[in-house]
Amino acid sequence: MKVRMIKYSKPYLIMIGISIVLLFGQANFNLTLPDYLAKIVNVGIQQKGIENAVPEAIRGIEMNHTLLFLTPENQTDVLNAYTFVQNGTAEADNYLKKYPALLNQSIYVLTDSDSNTITHLNPIMARGLLTVTFVELLMSNATLFMQVNSTLYYQLNISLPSGDLFEFLAGQPLAVAFINALVNSRFSSLGEAFIIQAAIQVVRIEYEKLGINVDQMQLNYMFFYGGLMLLLTFLAMACTIGVGYLSAKIATGMSRDMRKDIFEKVENFSSTEFDTFSTASLITRSTNDITQVQMAIMMVIRLVFYAPILGIGGVIHALELAPSMWWILAMAVGILLALILIVFYIALPKFKSIQKLVDRINLVARESLAGLMVVRAFNKQEFEEHRFDEANIDLTKVSLFINRVMVIMMPVMMMLMNVLVIIVIWVGSHGVANATLQVGDMIAFMQYAIQVTFAFLMLSLMFIILPRALVSLNRIAEVLKVDIMIQDPTNPRHFDEPFKGEIEFRNVSFRYTGAPENALNEISFTAQAGQFTALIGPTGSGKSTLVNLIPRLYEVTSGAILIDGVDVREVNQQELHNKIGYVPQNSVLFSGTIASNLLFANENASKDDLESSIETAQATEFVNSNPEGMSTEIAQGGKNVSGGQKQRLSIARALVQKAPINILDDSFSNLDFKTDIALRKALRKSISACTVLIVTQRVSTIIEADQIIVLDEGKIVGKGNHTELMEDCAIYRDIAISQLNLEESL
Amino acid sequence: MMQRSGGPMRGPGPPGSRLGVREKATDFRGTMGKLFLYMGRYKWLVLLVFIFAVASTTANIIGPKILGNATTTLVNGVIAKVSGTGEIDFVQIGGILLEVLIIYIVSAAFGFIQGWIMANISTNVAYRLRRDISEKINHLRLKYYDETTQGEVLSRITNDIDTINQTLSQSLTQIITSVVTVVGIVIMMLSINWMMTLIALAMLPLTLLLIGVIIGRSQKYFKQQQDYLGHVNGHVEEMYGGHIVVKAFSGEEKSVEKFKGINNQWYQGSWKANFFSGLMIPITFFISNLGYVIVTIFGAYLAIQNVITIGDIQAFIQYIRSFTQPLSQLANVSNVLQQTAAAAERVFKFLEEKEEILEVSNPIKLKQVKGLVEFRNVNFGYNPDKIVIQNFSAVARPGQKVAIVGPTGAGKTTLVKLLMRFYELNSGVILVDGYDTREMTREDLRKMFGMVLQDTWLYNDSIMNNIRFSNQDASDEEVQAAARIANVDHFVKTLPDGYNMILNEEITNISQGQMQLLTIARAVLADPPILILDEATSSVDTHTEILIQNAMDALMQNRTSFVIAHRLSTIRNADLILAIRDGEIVEQGTHKELLARNGYYAELYNSQFEILNST
Repeated sequence: MKVRMIKYSKPYLIMIGISIVLLFGQANFNLTLPDYLAKIVNVGIQQKGIENAVPEAIRGIEMNHTLLFLTPENQTDVLNAYTFVQNGTAEADNYLKKYPALLNQSIYVLTDSDSNTITHLNPIMARGLLTVTFVELLMSNATLFMQVNSTLYYQLNISLPSGDLFEFLAGQPLAVAFINALVNSRFSSLGEAFIIQAAIQVVRIEYEKLGINVDQMQLNYMFFYGGLMLLLTFLAMACTIGVGYLSAKIATGMSRDMRKDIFEKVENFSSTEFDTFSTASLITRSTNDITQVQMAIMMVIRLVFYAPILGIGGVIHALELAPSMWWILAMAVGILLALILIVFYIALPKFKSIQKLVDRINLVARESLAGLMVVRAFNKQEFEEHRFDEANIDLTKVSLFINRVMVIMMPVMMMLMNVLVIIVIWVGSHGVANATLQVGDMIAFMQYAIQVTFAFLMLSLMFIILPRALVSLNRIAEVLKVDIMIQDPTNPRHFDEPFKGEIEFRNVSFRYTGAPENALNEISFTAQAGQFTALIGPTGSGKSTLVNLIPRLYEVTSGAILIDGVDVREVNQQELHNKIGYVPQNSVLFSGTIASNLLFANENASKDDLESSIETAQATEFVNSNPEGMSTEIAQGGKNVSGGQKQRLSIARALVQKAPINILDDSFSNLDFKTDIALRKALRKSISACTVLIVTQRVSTIIEADQIIVLDEGKIVGKGNHTELMEDCAIYRDIAISQLNLEESL
Repeated sequence: MMQRSGGPMRGPGPPGSRLGVREKATDFRGTMGKLFLYMGRYKWLVLLVFIFAVASTTANIIGPKILGNATTTLVNGVIAKVSGTGEIDFVQIGGILLEVLIIYIVSAAFGFIQGWIMANISTNVAYRLRRDISEKINHLRLKYYDETTQGEVLSRITNDIDTINQTLSQSLTQIITSVVTVVGIVIMMLSINWMMTLIALAMLPLTLLLIGVIIGRSQKYFKQQQDYLGHVNGHVEEMYGGHIVVKAFSGEEKSVEKFKGINNQWYQGSWKANFFSGLMIPITFFISNLGYVIVTIFGAYLAIQNVITIGDIQAFIQYIRSFTQPLSQLANVSNVLQQTAAAAERVFKFLEEKEEILEVSNPIKLKQVKGLVEFRNVNFGYNPDKIVIQNFSAVARPGQKVAIVGPTGAGKTTLVKLLMRFYELNSGVILVDGYDTREMTREDLRKMFGMVLQDTWLYNDSIMNNIRFSNQDASDEEVQAAARIANVDHFVKTLPDGYNMILNEEITNISQGQMQLLTIARAVLADPPILILDEATSSVDTHTEILIQNAMDALMQNRTSFVIAHRLSTIRNADLILAIRDGEIVEQGTHKELLARNGYYAELYNSQFEILNST
């Protein structure tokens, strides 16, 4: 079965590959959105669009002040990353527009914006800038200065806040160390993230001093990431539509191929294979089962492939943002899985049983409908209602249960999602307080968590769809893997010309597959060319089975059937069938017109051929009673014509073939006696030169046959003409007497 | 069978929607009115459900806004902390979260109660509808079934009621919650910021337009797909059904060629239908994403201006995320309602069909039935414009045998149906023991008749119960006695479980002739004064035929009987022969009289012996 799916998916492998790529795209685009949202919230809003504490440009004086508080190594690292730009130089003109302050002072510009450098410099610059700000604060705030100065009494031998503190500090490494220690003690409780966030406020002030429009800068930042989000949204949609397009084509294409194969296979079935499956089951396998598989393939591509990509992607993204909150995700998924498992454990058996209960209620209703007259004749309406009610109550109980489960699932799932969000905010806030998380990250994490649970929910859908599709797929595979019993020979023989039409059964035995006993035993007889041979016997005596062996609808179990001395197994089926005009027991007509049904036997038949066949079959009156004549529509299954009319058209069809051998399998049963006689008379005229085999239950039909073969329990119990058999075949005599009441007439 | 898609009875459709070929009820308002009337006894419960649904949804909608406050508090705490003026207020955040948690729990509880009640109501309505249909089946005029197939009635019981059940249990509350959600979200968004709301709502017309276009498009292709699928399935059914003919006339290749053509046509329609219906998901997703992005950008802009807070953005995002789903549900509402109305209309139409005419108020009760049956000036036609029995009069005296003869399909069962009053006469009367049968209750009338039709009817139960069908009070011994009279006792005893053997669903585990014997036994057990019998035809083998014949002869002893006759001996011995052609009684009389008349009957009779006489 797996092999079959692989085989059918082969022509679509490229498409499937593209689908998976697109699904990755779809998942990735969708999952990147919250990342950008986090950026917008964290940087765009909270940090005014400034990503880190390493300013892209800084005034020379500010830089010098900052360097004052850095270790010598850090000083070198910072200076290496920045380039000094002297105002008034040609180089300065390039930056003038961006940094208007360059007009009257020189600046440093960040030239090494490598992410490693930024990560390295970020805390260094943050501390430096904050210390500068602190010193500036000291200079502007006399009270604070006094406060600080009192603690540093011995070192800071300066009394005037009006003096340039930076100039003083430049020559006092000890004082610098003390300032640094002071600042450090002040920020140590905050943690790295907050230090950087605080420094970013300083960077913003520095940018303002450089003459940069900081509001515009913030907006630009947001529009940049907003634009990216918009782009991602479009890309995600394009991917989804692409997947939709491909999955529709793949699923429909695969089911088309599968349906074609199964149809072709079944068309080549012999009756043996047909019997093992039953017609109804074969129809379901070629129609409903295929549709089930089609739906499943589409679902598999759209959801089953997508869900793990989305789920795993969501987990990765979420953990990148906030690894400490992994347990929330794990818990959510765990509870969800547990919930789904519980529901399946409880509801799945009920789901299965409901189909049985629906079938049961259908059966009871169908029986009530079929037995309308009997039920009323015996006044058993209430009995029937009671029977229906029992089935109805059973169905209602289970369906109520399933209804409740379904209806309760909704609030439970909502609750799960909502509680998840609440927990994320609670835990997230603590993360924010510990500086391990930013607010935007928390909001993004919330969305990842929802997406991950959603992915698992999608996966659980698979449990409903896939088992049913697998059943269907198995049923299809069963048909496809059948070995057809009756095949054309590799080196076919041909009938000799002129074809005579002599049929010989030579010790033929036949057993239906799986049957304990032979249906036919050691049958030997010859139907001479141009003769009329009749087969009669009680129901189940093997008459139809016997004639079905001639066109090789079944294969003999032992012995041989020879036509003109050639074993039927040695010629191609088509050649064989062309020699045989066959009227089956159940007359089957196809939808179309009367003419199209007759032409089925021989596409090249002329209008005269059709008309004469209709006349012989005693169908002229009926055909002409329709205003459209031979163009009269025949509904599917010939539902719009009566049983007798069907039989006559079915005979006419066989006649159109003008085959040298004609087999009529109980083909007169629905005709009244008058038509029966007229038809036989006409037949005798039109196919007098043919070999004719008639299966019947009516003695009157075969009284004049050249040879009558009496079958009972699969054996020949009498052979001869009517008169002979009346004398020496007891079974034949019984049949004849019961039908003709000869006792009375004699 | 209760969930929207993928239910065992309905094929799995696109999830979350009932996209398919649209059906329309002819009288939408009237039908919906009837459906609500039918639910009348639950009106208070339904009202309660509505209240709970509204309450649950409202609570659910309030949640995100309050949650936003938690985030805002957090952000303010962070700002305070950075600038060194304060700390994050966990007490406040905790309080808010607790508040939201309680709101969500209340919402879930309400939703739970609402769903529970609605599940009860819908299941119960479905149960009652099915019960009503089953009762209706037995009270409809038989004429109805001449015009309706079994499949149509069965489809009422299963598919149509299933549709109604689904709509009641899910769609109805879904519609309410969708409306409340949409309105509620708009109100909540407005309460946060009107500008943001306007921008977010700008997508609304776009959403509806796109969804409308898609539904319209896919509708077209779905119809195509359905048609083509019909062709494919039709061809499969025909070719498999007529496989022997296809083989015998070497039609395999032609058939496969034709199949390839229609299969390809189906492919063209089907992939488009699936693609377009599948578009619903990415497009609603896209619109949801678009709203999300717009809210983010614009919200961020407003946050910079200090017009709104970060918590507000978070709330807006949550709102916009839960906005599109109810919207697309609402877009599909008319579809769902139309389908439901169409289903309900068919169900109610069936329930409102004319029943057998009322019984007379003071029915005659016959104590001892002698079995004198008289047709007096009977006129009858299945359709008023086509009278098939014209001014027919005949008398069957107690114990007499009446043979009804005629070719297959000539309408021999019409008389049977009139006798049992399955159909009402156009004019004239049928009398039993001199009393007009219309003056009796149908039940009393039918008690007088025993019926054995060739179209045997048995049901999926034990043989014992099948025979006992005609007389529920009969003891096991009585059933067996009846079986002995019907010549079936011996056969039954050879079966694996004897009288307890269960007849399978298709009644294929016993033969046609044996079925007929069982129906005779059933009639024997009923012990009626008047009999209606249908003789076996060719499908029964000789031995069984003799058994049946003997059983019927035994049954007919001392009873007035009407026999649909095929055997010449029955016909010759009949006290009265009714010859039927095309539904009309052409001749009546004894065998000798009719032969002497040399008319239709004589022709019918002689044709069978033409060959015999000629040899």
